[in-house]
Amino acid sequence: MTRDPFVEGLKSGWQVVDASALTADRTLEADVAIVGSGAGGGIAAEILTKAGLKVVIVEEGPLKTSADFRMREADAYPQLYQESAARKTKDKAINVLQGRSVGGSTTVNWTSCFRTPATTLAHWQREFGLKDLTVEAMAPWFDAVDRRLSIRYWDLSPNENNNLLRQAAWKLGVSVAPIRRNVKGCWNLGYCGMGCPTDAKQSMLVTTLPAALAAGATLVHHLRAERLVMAGDRIEALDSVAMEAAGIRPLPWRVRIRAKHFVLAAGAIGTPALLLRSGAPDPARLLGRRTFLHPTTVSAALMDHEVRGYAGAPQTIYSDHYLENVAVDGPIGYKLEVPPMHPVLFSTTLQGFGEAHTQLMREFATSHAMLALLRDGFHPQSPGGTVQLRDDGTPLLDYPITDFVWEGVRRSWLAMAELQFAAGAKRVYVVHEQCAGYASWAEAKAGIEKLPLKNQLARIVSAHVMGGCGMAADGKQGVTDPWGRYRGLGNLSVCDGSLFPTSIGANPQLSVYGLAARNASRLAEELTKQPAPALA
Amino acid sequence: MDSRFRGNDGMDSRFRGNDGNMITRRQFIKAGIVGGAALTAAGLFYSRGLKEAPGSAVPPGLTSAGRTIIAAIVPAVLAGPLPASGEARSRAIAQTVDGVAVAVAGLSAAAQKELAELFVLLDIAPARALLGLWPGWEAAPAAEVAAFLQGWRESRLELLRSAYAALHDLVLGAWYGNPDNWPAIGYPGPAEILR
Repeated sequence: MTRDPFVEGLKSGWQVVDASALTADRTLEADVAIVGSGAGGGIAAEILTKAGLKVVIVEEGPLKTSADFRMREADAYPQLYQESAARKTKDKAINVLQGRSVGGSTTVNWTSCFRTPATTLAHWQREFGLKDLTVEAMAPWFDAVDRRLSIRYWDLSPNENNNLLRQAAWKLGVSVAPIRRNVKGCWNLGYCGMGCPTDAKQSMLVTTLPAALAAGATLVHHLRAERLVMAGDRIEALDSVAMEAAGIRPLPWRVRIRAKHFVLAAGAIGTPALLLRSGAPDPARLLGRRTFLHPTTVSAALMDHEVRGYAGAPQTIYSDHYLENVAVDGPIGYKLEVPPMHPVLFSTTLQGFGEAHTQLMREFATSHAMLALLRDGFHPQSPGGTVQLRDDGTPLLDYPITDFVWEGVRRSWLAMAELQFAAGAKRVYVVHEQCAGYASWAEAKAGIEKLPLKNQLARIVSAHVMGGCGMAADGKQGVTDPWGRYRGLGNLSVCDGSLFPTSIGANPQLSVYGLAARNASRLAEELTKQPAPALA
Repeated sequence: MDSRFRGNDGMDSRFRGNDGNMITRRQFIKAGIVGGAALTAAGLFYSRGLKEAPGSAVPPGLTSAGRTIIAAIVPAVLAGPLPASGEARSRAIAQTVDGVAVAVAGLSAAAQKELAELFVLLDIAPARALLGLWPGWEAAPAAEVAAFLQGWRESRLELLRSAYAALHDLVLGAWYGNPDNWPAIGYPGPAEILR
């Protein structure tokens, strides 16, 4: 039997408001209003609440907890993801997976934890003047998060999907390593992407948010933050609108939240969009720009034995070989991982239709899949995307794939195909509409060189949105300062992945947690004139 | 079904090219270019319609025209797993159309509006005539629908390729999200968690 600590907490009197049930406008007062309940908002909520501040957390998505998580894609994607897991960039070339329920992307991520790579921090120091963001200075924050979220190496065997990446890498002399995960008592089911049904995943839903709520914070879900109300260089209030239960359209009821300080943690699309809607100061025209995605390519392979990529911890092995064999500011590098394989995600990602597609799906249980996450934002020809607003005020990310990125796309297909053949693949299908499968590495090499690099022909995906409110020492380079304070507004902090001046070059959740812990602790000290409480 | 309409395999033979296939390909390109213009026009028409009737929200899910179109596309996309005939086939198609409607209703308002525009275009007679889907979707043979999908999949126009991708994802997502269709691919489904 499993219990649902969130449901138990609700019974014990936590202050949780479902805005979809409102029947009138409301006003709330707080010391700090936090927009977003994901990695950044969750960490900030625990630290600021424990510092004795009255905190209100606003979440646009629904409250769904382990009792709701049925491990079915048809339920999980509409409930737990932005735009039913079908969020697209403006030209529809990239499908973006992003969470949107209480806990944000931490509720649905695949539990991979990497500290911000030293090469990334060094680049930020050199190019953005972020002198204090060294490996050594960040280490205590990452140590605290490791303890708080039980981040550790996975001590069971990797599933066969991950094992094949390791076997292939060993065969080719490519470096490979295990992934640390934020889990406690994991059942090794493999359904992290649909919400953890056993609360083993140490997401914000079972860690920082319960801690903040138990300490007196208020959570309002089904509430869309629309606009910050500014008076001079200060924010007076957050204007927000209740969402209908299904979460697509707004209701007539508005909620105004007055606070002394505002923390934006709505993710790297949501945070810049809120600031754009609010007309936040942006003298250097940087807001919403330099938004990064780790554009991700996919290669499927048919093996001669069962892989069952749907079973077991989804990501336990990775390779940074192809990040490390290029200069950080040279041709684009990429990290290799594998995805969990479930029928909807796999079938919609695979090219083609009709009999050819059916043939591939019949081999579902013997298929392997690999991902290459391209490290964008470190080169002048990889400037990322721009968050824009639609007529209805909702955000749209314009991310043109540059030739510089496309060159890396082709290289990543070649590397993945070579690895999959080294692991014994009978046939390899890089995910491109004109790839009908290759029977050998030689055939793949020749075939991949000819694939046209065009939107939609190549399927590119992303699960990591970063940047748009980049930190920099100089206001000409970033809208936020090295502590995440928004320039030109006295009582506003950004506390999520939108702070990153480039992509991370690794799954970003731990980078968000570490930076949020550091910045929220500093903010707590400024607001209370007391030492900040320890996270763990 | 004609081999050139079989997804990946068919496409390779088309790129190698023989007379019959090249004619087919030219037809697709022609339909693609005009189709692209029509799609844009349908979008403008639709936007104007919205402005003339402020406050009239796009209904969730699929309209009846949308349902008819998806029902015609399902047998082409799912050639193979779909039951060959009879009650089982109609039921499987209807279930998949329902699944698509649920998925569409869960998309953002902006994405729902774009899809509504796509279905407006696909429903109008001139577009159906251009695509060779005449007289209507109800009567369109799966091979013709497959040829239309293949044309958009290979189109030189990004707009048509993305429309193909949307139809691809909606139909396959609805099919493989349905537990009835898991045994055929050897997917056992999630374990039962006792509560």
